[in-house]
Amino acid sequence: MSVQATSSSPSERIATLEMRGIVKRFPGVTALKGVDFDVHAGEIHALLGENGAGKSTLMKILYGLYQQSEGQVLINGAPVHIGSPHESTKRGIGMIHQHFMLVPSLTVAENVALGMPSGRGGVLDLKKISEDISQLSQKYNLRIYPERPVWQLSVGEQQRVEIIRALYRGAALLILDEPTAVLTPQESDDLFIVLKQMAAEGHSIIFISHKLHEVLAISDRITVLRDGARVNTIPAAGATRLTLAEMMVGRPVVLEYELPPPVRGEARLTVQGVSALSERGDMGLKEVSFTLYGGEIVGVAGVSGNGQHELAEVVAGMRPLAGGTIHVGDQPAGGKSPAALRQLGVSYIPEERMIDGVVKNFTVAENFVLKDQSDPPYALGRFFLRPRKIAEACRQIIHDYEVKTPGTDTPIKNLSGGNIQKVVLARELAQQPTLLIAAQPTRGVDIGATEYIHHRLLEERAKGTAILLISEDLDEVMALSDRIIVMYEGRAVGEVLRRDYDVRTIGAMMAGAGRGD
Amino acid sequence: MNIFETIGSIVTASVFASTLRLATPYLFAAIGETFAQRSGLLNLGVDGIMLMGAFTGFYAVYATGSLLLGVLTALVVGGLMGLAIAFISVTLRAKQGISGIGLYLFGLGLSELLFQRLIGTPKSIERFPDIYIPVLSDIEFLGIGQIFFRQNLLVYIAFASVPIAAYVLRRTSYGLKIRAVGQNPAAADAMDVNVARIRYSTQIFGGMMAGLAGASLSVALLGVFQQNLTGGLGFIAVALVYFGRWRPVGVMIGALLFSFVNALQLQVGALGFDVPPEFSTMAPYVITIIALAFAGRQTEKPTALTVPFQRGE
Ligand SMILES: Nc1ncnc2c1ncn2[C@@H]1O[C@H](COP(=O)(O)OP(=O)(O)O)[C@@H](O)[C@H]1O
Ligand SMILES: [Mg+2]
Repeated sequence: MSVQATSSSPSERIATLEMRGIVKRFPGVTALKGVDFDVHAGEIHALLGENGAGKSTLMKILYGLYQQSEGQVLINGAPVHIGSPHESTKRGIGMIHQHFMLVPSLTVAENVALGMPSGRGGVLDLKKISEDISQLSQKYNLRIYPERPVWQLSVGEQQRVEIIRALYRGAALLILDEPTAVLTPQESDDLFIVLKQMAAEGHSIIFISHKLHEVLAISDRITVLRDGARVNTIPAAGATRLTLAEMMVGRPVVLEYELPPPVRGEARLTVQGVSALSERGDMGLKEVSFTLYGGEIVGVAGVSGNGQHELAEVVAGMRPLAGGTIHVGDQPAGGKSPAALRQLGVSYIPEERMIDGVVKNFTVAENFVLKDQSDPPYALGRFFLRPRKIAEACRQIIHDYEVKTPGTDTPIKNLSGGNIQKVVLARELAQQPTLLIAAQPTRGVDIGATEYIHHRLLEERAKGTAILLISEDLDEVMALSDRIIVMYEGRAVGEVLRRDYDVRTIGAMMAGAGRGD
Repeated sequence: MNIFETIGSIVTASVFASTLRLATPYLFAAIGETFAQRSGLLNLGVDGIMLMGAFTGFYAVYATGSLLLGVLTALVVGGLMGLAIAFISVTLRAKQGISGIGLYLFGLGLSELLFQRLIGTPKSIERFPDIYIPVLSDIEFLGIGQIFFRQNLLVYIAFASVPIAAYVLRRTSYGLKIRAVGQNPAAADAMDVNVARIRYSTQIFGGMMAGLAGASLSVALLGVFQQNLTGGLGFIAVALVYFGRWRPVGVMIGALLFSFVNALQLQVGALGFDVPPEFSTMAPYVITIIALAFAGRQTEKPTALTVPFQRGE
């Protein structure tokens, strides 16, 4: 069926694969510093590490997208050279990238056909390909319609296309780069079943992740990378989240927080029947109501694109209100500008920190005073900046927030995601807000900085600030929130109190099962 | 004369026949440019290639008397200029808008220089003869015979190229690669498609078609060459690709719309009506702008248009 695997079984094609002493230098950075890695047929081997640890780079070398600066790859004990995706595909290596490699305007079948010999004389035989796709999708229980254009598919479906395409190309070894980042818990479970089935058939699976519980749930062995070096390879049996996290970060970390019972203050944010349009032009947020009190963290959970983004923006004054009312304290706040909201004690950590949070080419100090640059003590009158005062204040927050930066006058875009987010957080908290809206505060932020940001949020809670935490990371929402509002298709479909938290029930609500509650 | 009679005297079968004839250069150039754009390359220098194709094709016929040699020369010259712009856009990853304008100015200047040096004063040559298709060319009904079946060879080829182009884009693995490279080159690359090779091929093809478009003007349509013979026609061809939403059939509809306006202009002029020439010259551009302004969802739009590709971000 698959064009290239007809000759032998996956376990014969790649019984073992070994990477030895892989070094990869990019201009200015050494991304990999002599990494050893191996995987064998029938095994699911997880590659775990913080953002920037080098996981993707290591796998791109294996797939032939990058060339290693030093080191060797061996398949079944024999050294091989993998100069391009063409060669890796030929040898039975398939990769599902972090950013899907699909062409939106093409159909599923066309995407599968791309780059493969098909039909006769260069004429596509899409019918044959569609039949093969249907066979594969039945075998692995991966529902997919070959004739649908890819732009109409959900991310989960797109991932299925990627997997089917890799199988169609005869992959004996499948690399998945953070495959669950875009999935609901339920979809992730489905994926794991498929991967286990593939492993049982003799495929080798390399599973990249930075989510500890997933790695523990699915893999046979785990390799941890840190700063481009391998920390260790251990069997999954016997490993714990805590040991893995310590290996990733290089120091002991706290993963679960003790939340003292909330000291509920007065109502800080009252949202009533609020609706808003999404970028797509449809009603992305539909009649959402809730009240947020001082001293509590309310989490908003949901799969990406179910209205959380619109909710955050409409409350922060970044998106017009299409219906309903918003009160901050007892002041009407619907339709107010971000600056007016700031006067009411509202601070906002935006989702797109590089677009809405900072000015990329400004320095750390300039970004720090971005919102109160024209107020004392940073300005003289309303016009003249006082650079010395600004630098002084900025140095203080660099120290307080442990921001890793060469100096206050470094362009902020040169900092890592975690450090940029610390600057944003510092700026917003310096306002001493009574209401903090935190949208995806730790997306793309390493564990160390995440832990720090979480502690800061909990400190704010203890101070009596009301916090609206919007995050696609369910673990994060569950770890920090006193209660969780679950969103689905623009509506708040349910609310769960901390004592009732359960991944399965919340996951089901995120997938729409909570409708009608 | 009432209004219907007036219209009847203007819009005759011969206007439709010349509509098809005048569509030829648009079609060749725009179909070629469609391939280039579908693969992600914008070539604003089409008009420059057309001018060089028009001149070299004309000169070959002038010097040897062979129409075939004229067409071949234009194809080769166009292909070479396509290769040059492909090298600049794909290998050097230059800004495509700017380099296209450069190519246009180069073609404009060089075709004029060569014309002055090699020919000097306007001369005319034997044009492509009209081919009367047996039986069909005799159909009197609605002037069908005159309109469709008494055209020169290049007209037939130009219209035949439309379904062929559509078929290649839609149904062949080469066409699939072109579409993929124009939309998501990184994905195509990961799927083992040689992005640079595909883009070179479409741009060389685009150049050859532009060269042919030029020759169709000088060797088939007019039988003369003069300075700036195309008068910016190549730019309209580029706009036609947008107008046609990157589909050969759409491009053809646009080409016919433009050439119809051109044919009417000629007819109105011949009949001695007093219409300001600026008005009719303007019409095509107005139509394009309106068409672009009302563009709906463009699923075929090559989203990587003008974006150079480099593996690994
Ligand atoms: N194409 C590239 N050019 C320069 N540096 C790169 C490139 N790709 C990755 N890097 C660097 O290599 C390091 C590892 O990145 P990556 O492999 O993507 O990490 P991970 O997948 O573990 O998050 C990072 O410091 C990153 O900035
Ligand atoms: Mg990565």
